[in-house]
Amino acid sequence: MADAPALELRGIEKFFGPVHANRGVSLSIPRGAIAGIIGENGAGKSTVMSIVYGLYAPDGGEILIDGAPVKIGSPRDAIAKGVGMVHQHFMLVDTFTVLENVILGAEAGGMLKPSLAKARGELKRLEREYGLKVDPDALVGTLPVGEQQRVEILKALYRGARILILDEPTAVLTPQETDQLFRILQALKGKGTTVILISHKLREIMAVTDLVYVMRHGQVVAERNTADTSREDLAELMVGRKVRLDLDKAPANPAAVALSADKIGVRGKGGVALLDNVSLTLRAGEIVGIAGVSGNGQTELLEVLSGIRAPSSGTLSVGGKTFAAPRFATPAQMRVLGVAHVPEDRHRYGMCAGFTASETSVLGIQRDAPFAQRGLTNYGAMTQHCDVLMERYDVRPRRPQQLAINFSGGNQQKLVLARETDQEPKVLLVGQPTRGVDIGAIAFIHRQLVALRDGGAAILVVSVELDEVMALADRILVLYGGRIVGEVAGGRADERTLGLMMAGATA
Amino acid sequence: MSARKLPLWVDIGVLPVANVLIALLIAGLVVLAVGASPLDAVKGMIDGALGSSEGIGYMLYYTTDYIFTGLAVAVAFHAGLFNIGGEGQAYLGGLGAGLAALALDHGVSPALAIPLAIAAAAAVGALWAAIPGYLQAYRGSHIVITTIMFNFIASALMVYLMVNVLIAPGSMSPESREFTAANIPVISDILTHWGYAVDTSPLNLSFVLAIACCFVVWIVIWHTPFGYEVRAMGFNPNAAVYAGVNPKRLTVIVMCFSGALAGLVGVNEILGVHHRLLLDFAGGYGFGGIAVALMGRNHPLGIVLAALLFGILQQGGTELSFDMPQITRDMVVAIQGLVILFSGALANLPRPLLEAPFHWLARRRTPAEEA
Repeated sequence: MADAPALELRGIEKFFGPVHANRGVSLSIPRGAIAGIIGENGAGKSTVMSIVYGLYAPDGGEILIDGAPVKIGSPRDAIAKGVGMVHQHFMLVDTFTVLENVILGAEAGGMLKPSLAKARGELKRLEREYGLKVDPDALVGTLPVGEQQRVEILKALYRGARILILDEPTAVLTPQETDQLFRILQALKGKGTTVILISHKLREIMAVTDLVYVMRHGQVVAERNTADTSREDLAELMVGRKVRLDLDKAPANPAAVALSADKIGVRGKGGVALLDNVSLTLRAGEIVGIAGVSGNGQTELLEVLSGIRAPSSGTLSVGGKTFAAPRFATPAQMRVLGVAHVPEDRHRYGMCAGFTASETSVLGIQRDAPFAQRGLTNYGAMTQHCDVLMERYDVRPRRPQQLAINFSGGNQQKLVLARETDQEPKVLLVGQPTRGVDIGAIAFIHRQLVALRDGGAAILVVSVELDEVMALADRILVLYGGRIVGEVAGGRADERTLGLMMAGATA
Repeated sequence: MSARKLPLWVDIGVLPVANVLIALLIAGLVVLAVGASPLDAVKGMIDGALGSSEGIGYMLYYTTDYIFTGLAVAVAFHAGLFNIGGEGQAYLGGLGAGLAALALDHGVSPALAIPLAIAAAAAVGALWAAIPGYLQAYRGSHIVITTIMFNFIASALMVYLMVNVLIAPGSMSPESREFTAANIPVISDILTHWGYAVDTSPLNLSFVLAIACCFVVWIVIWHTPFGYEVRAMGFNPNAAVYAGVNPKRLTVIVMCFSGALAGLVGVNEILGVHHRLLLDFAGGYGFGGIAVALMGRNHPLGIVLAALLFGILQQGGTELSFDMPQITRDMVVAIQGLVILFSGALANLPRPLLEAPFHWLARRRTPAEEA
């Protein structure tokens, strides 16, 4: 059966309680192809691939590998049948070497030495064939993220994967690392490995795949040859209506300095410098973007500027007040001074699990009139406020009494953004403005931020999506290893230069 | 995407009832095993607790204590704090009430002495809870450990004080002298005074105080910005910080509130019933309060219902051990334990069974709606 597809799914069904996560998902991926699976959050793309990898049992349907029906009850089964998966969050032991990680769970016999020797030879071969270069004796914890991902791919190949599934593989990579990954995928394809790429980045799907499946509401709504389609076409298929991907914005008119941070330093556990001498100014009417690979100090920077975390050194001036480390402003003080904060992790900071949308809509301003009157909470005013926010930001469904966590990610983000921008902040700190947000809502959120800028707010946008920073920012600062390693004017930014700075190379 | 799994009324109405029924079923098997009839036992229990005005009086007197400690656990729980120290806080609350009552004995009218003694109970209970709260907030000592430790300290302190300091001169047992002013009126006396003949029981006006506390807790937790911040901290401490809350300060304040409520057990016991300081009057209510709060879903209304159940079990169980010789006092404790087990630790045991029909309905509904 030379022509049988490497992987075929027929009518896969999956329920999570009452949620119908996959409805009759059928797809067919030929051997040696790179297939993309795209769809918005909650479209069911990760679910269906988790079923193929044996993490979930399907409630119906068939899986065929090389034309033969198979039962996959666990990841162990999947591996035995040649299916490997690289998860978005790596499953590596930081304190083990690359070699030890690769053989973990696939040791041959009770003694380690022969396994390690065999694996060492095997890694050499894989490196030759696919250009997968990693030092086998390096501790995984000391490797950059791009190389850790290579270790994950090596793990799968070492176990004989002929079908490799990658879940949002580029989320943590610099543009250069992404290019390297794609070269590796092309090499794998050349040797007959089938690659399945789950992604929401249309540009990357267009760049590397041979065919694309589009999922929406748990169903496959379209199958396209990549050569015959376009980003706009795919976006429309994903959302179900036309979407604008571009952002028009007039040049900025920066005015007075609204916030200035001087030589901010933050030390983590064991004295590691998480932020090192970071100085920046935000002017009214401009958007400053912070570019960088996740984990290079962005989180700490936002925490310091919003008052959540006191830095170990440095000063911060905002709204006519100056704070010097280590005694710093509290979040409540910062709010009074006109600083609003859309946290990068809305579940960590922006919302409470048990709160309704209406309660969530006053987080941070719960003691302000009219939400508190004569010491009592005014739920009527809260609901009304929430309703207004929901209308203005098109939050769906418009149910203020629904628990906030039961909204989709994009709608949660719109609610948090609406809450923070409604306070007419002088300074708006935004972390990952569109993380987990559906593609249809991204352009909307971007337009809102530009409108706020034009209204005179000073905005700091921190994002790991380089496209987003480049689209929004009037000025881009690059954060690497807790330091600002470069500044580029927004209009003149190009991806390669920024990418090099993000990787720590001096441009 | 994740829809609520069960309608609210099932979650707070059907599920607890199912839990209690399972517990009673197992308890019935235990009763059967010792050679008694489970049906007679249930009947004896209900008769004992609800069959006479005396039984009802005792039952509500026990309920009062459970309401106080249940509220104490619930308030702390809303802030994400697990206060296991209700026992010690109740004990020392009684000490506060007793010391105030002893001090205010001479020439002070009850109208002044009673409120002051109540305030003293709350204040000492609050203080006893504030120390673990402070240690958790500013020193990182886990509150579960410290509150348990403080139960032991409270117990040792009370024994020392009763034996060495507060014992009435010439007394053989470790008890203080009787109070004269700060005694809380007994409800059976009041009713008899108004012409309703009821049997004497220890039920006193502390019960009214307990109901008032339920109302106060409901207002504070759900209808003030303070309560909003408490719940925010309980749901997500990071988000509370983001919202401008000082979590350390709030931890101490909430523990004070919680400890004050537990301390009011001392009002019921010392000012309402014993009218003197003595040992071991708080026995078990602190721990019972944990189960009451769990069962009552940390809501005052649920706590009242759960406290009533525990009152019935306690009073009915006591009567039962008189009526049926096979069923000892320990057996009654075992039955209480089963109720705690199934409505606390195993509260979600019948959940999948209850969920199944709703999922089925939801699945049937979804395609229909889309069509």
